[in-house]
Amino acid sequence: MEIDIIKKQVYSSTEIDRVEGQGIEALKAGSQQVIPDPDEWLEQERKQAEFFEINVLLTSVDFFLNWARRSSLWTVICFPACCAFEFIATSASRFDIARFGMENLRASPRQADLMVTAGTLTWKMAPQVKRIYDQMAEPKWVIAMGACAISGGTFAQSYSVVPGYNRIIPVDVYIPGCPPRPEALLYGIRMLQDKIAKTSNILR
Amino acid sequence: MTIALSGKEVGTKLEEKFPGSIVESSQDSLLVKSEFLLPVATYLKDTPGFDFDYLACITAVDYSDYFEVVYHLTSLERNHSLVMKTRCYGRDNPSLPSVVSLWRGADFQEREIYDLMGINFDGHPNMKRIFLWQGFEGHPLRRDYL
Amino acid sequence: MAIRTEPFVINMGPQHPSTHGVFRMRLTLDGEVVVDLEPVFSYLHRGIEKLVEGRTYAQIIPITDRLDYVASMSNNLAYVVAVEKLAGITVPERAEYLRVIMAELQRIASHLIAVGSFLNDCGAYFTPFMYMYREREDIVDLFEMVCGQRLTYNYMRIGGVSHDVPDEFLVALDKFVRRMPYFIDEYDQLLAENEILLARTKGVGILPKELAINSSAAGPVLRGSDVKWDIRKADPYSVYDRFEFDIPTGSVGDCYDRYRVRVEEMRQSVRIIKQAMEQLPPGEVRSEVLPLLRPPVGEAYGHIEGPKGELGFYLVSDNSIAPYRLHIRPPTLINLTALHDMIIGWKIQDAVIIFGSIDICLGEVDR
Repeated sequence: MEIDIIKKQVYSSTEIDRVEGQGIEALKAGSQQVIPDPDEWLEQERKQAEFFEINVLLTSVDFFLNWARRSSLWTVICFPACCAFEFIATSASRFDIARFGMENLRASPRQADLMVTAGTLTWKMAPQVKRIYDQMAEPKWVIAMGACAISGGTFAQSYSVVPGYNRIIPVDVYIPGCPPRPEALLYGIRMLQDKIAKTSNILR
Repeated sequence: MTIALSGKEVGTKLEEKFPGSIVESSQDSLLVKSEFLLPVATYLKDTPGFDFDYLACITAVDYSDYFEVVYHLTSLERNHSLVMKTRCYGRDNPSLPSVVSLWRGADFQEREIYDLMGINFDGHPNMKRIFLWQGFEGHPLRRDYL
Repeated sequence: MAIRTEPFVINMGPQHPSTHGVFRMRLTLDGEVVVDLEPVFSYLHRGIEKLVEGRTYAQIIPITDRLDYVASMSNNLAYVVAVEKLAGITVPERAEYLRVIMAELQRIASHLIAVGSFLNDCGAYFTPFMYMYREREDIVDLFEMVCGQRLTYNYMRIGGVSHDVPDEFLVALDKFVRRMPYFIDEYDQLLAENEILLARTKGVGILPKELAINSSAAGPVLRGSDVKWDIRKADPYSVYDRFEFDIPTGSVGDCYDRYRVRVEEMRQSVRIIKQAMEQLPPGEVRSEVLPLLRPPVGEAYGHIEGPKGELGFYLVSDNSIAPYRLHIRPPTLINLTALHDMIIGWKIQDAVIIFGSIDICLGEVDR
């Protein structure tokens, strides 16, 4: 079937580039401070311990909510660099992340609640990652995987690398390594599940 | 084994064809004046004795007085290779003719040199930044950047 | 009756399940047919060429691991070959054979991922990928026995390799080499005559021979278009001239040819490993090189045949402990030069397959 192909210039790529460049410069100027880690749950735990002299007070509603949330975390695909392959190895047949309920890798951030950031973040990619994080629905968690995600890693002195994901989004669990072994990633996910188990939703 | 052609022999042949085009020629490489870059490259590509149809690599090096752009050419049929260099002086707006019309593989590599070193290539259809975002100040790979 | 249509622009963005990383394409579509294409990359540009100007020659080797992170041994090998050419260092025999074994194992591992994700893009949702990953885990176990790492090996050194292989490595390698041809045959049996694969890849995304040479394509992309050019035969480095192997080429240059070239290259790699294991001589694995190496003033361009094409390193030295300039010739970036011509005229779902058949790795495209 012959289709008459007409090449028309329907958009101006220089204009799009200029607008995106301005967005990147604005984000870079606004990210000079580290975003503090979300650890209000530690404060709550301490307050409850003083008041009731036991560690954590959770209602049974809390218990079931947290159990449901931590047992089926769905990950959004955000795989810039090398750590991505260790994540893929974790979800392959040998290290099998499906036994934790996480075999679903959703491309759409609206259906996900965990972002495992596997790779170096550059200033050009930073607005897109922030956009994806903003599109995820509450409750949501972030795991920073690898040295590049924690602090920029080997490339920290470069002119185009963001020194750690916690400049633009708040991070819950940090997993060191370059790249971290799949067992280390599973340990980090386990820590996140423990953290979710201690979150109290009603007493907020 | 790919034979690396001697710059001296190729230089003498080119000097006969384009007088004044060769600045210096050594065993390893050949230094061409930037005005003669396109005619010399066309000659090297089309002449049956040379047949350099494959451009392996284009690089730019920043020596403080001048920029040097290095072309690694290979011939797949005859299995020989040549290193061709050219220089451009001045740090404000250096420019060179583009070889995209001869070898399309130079497309992204020339854009990269423009982005990171600041050398403009005349005749390139799409000369804009490729690695850094629009609005980035400066050219990072120069020796005097930060 | 002609329907009036208007082109519209869609963004196949950096976060996408089938772009093999953070790659972006601005597609102009007329209905479902791609009319124009603009690739935008560098979402992973880490400034490696600027970073290495402050490091010594030996400290750059771990950084080269992170370039094409699926095939780290090949990156290390290319850099070390370039430095040895610059400084005039010879490598002992046993180290050369070990390098060949590691490079060929790495080629198999990289092609496994390439073929697995290509079939993933074609629609065979994850099953071929899981099969491939099972074999890749075996190769990664072998590498872990040798150097302790699973992804970024840092095994090659200037003047040899970092340490000798343990005895159980050769036993495990023998078992692997015996089993691998049966695995490739099992794959062929499942997929070679599959109707869906043939319908989706035969005749799709043709790269003509002249355009391939003119665009400086390399690796399976060039060989799929019927050009018999492989640096292991044309300009042998290390000890490749002592082995017998063939170079598979395609005939037309479509996606199916590139896929078959990769599968056949895996078979040839197994052949090379068998010969290297038989000829492995005893001896030391590293020659005496100063830790703070100062090569003489000059320049060198060292290139190898990596799994994705010709990977080259251009080094300029000024007799100090760090290089004056290091430039990396990325095979995947240059293979993408012809992407525009390969995709125009096809539909958007073919664009995904054609892009997958080039097999890029963003760490190398963006450096």
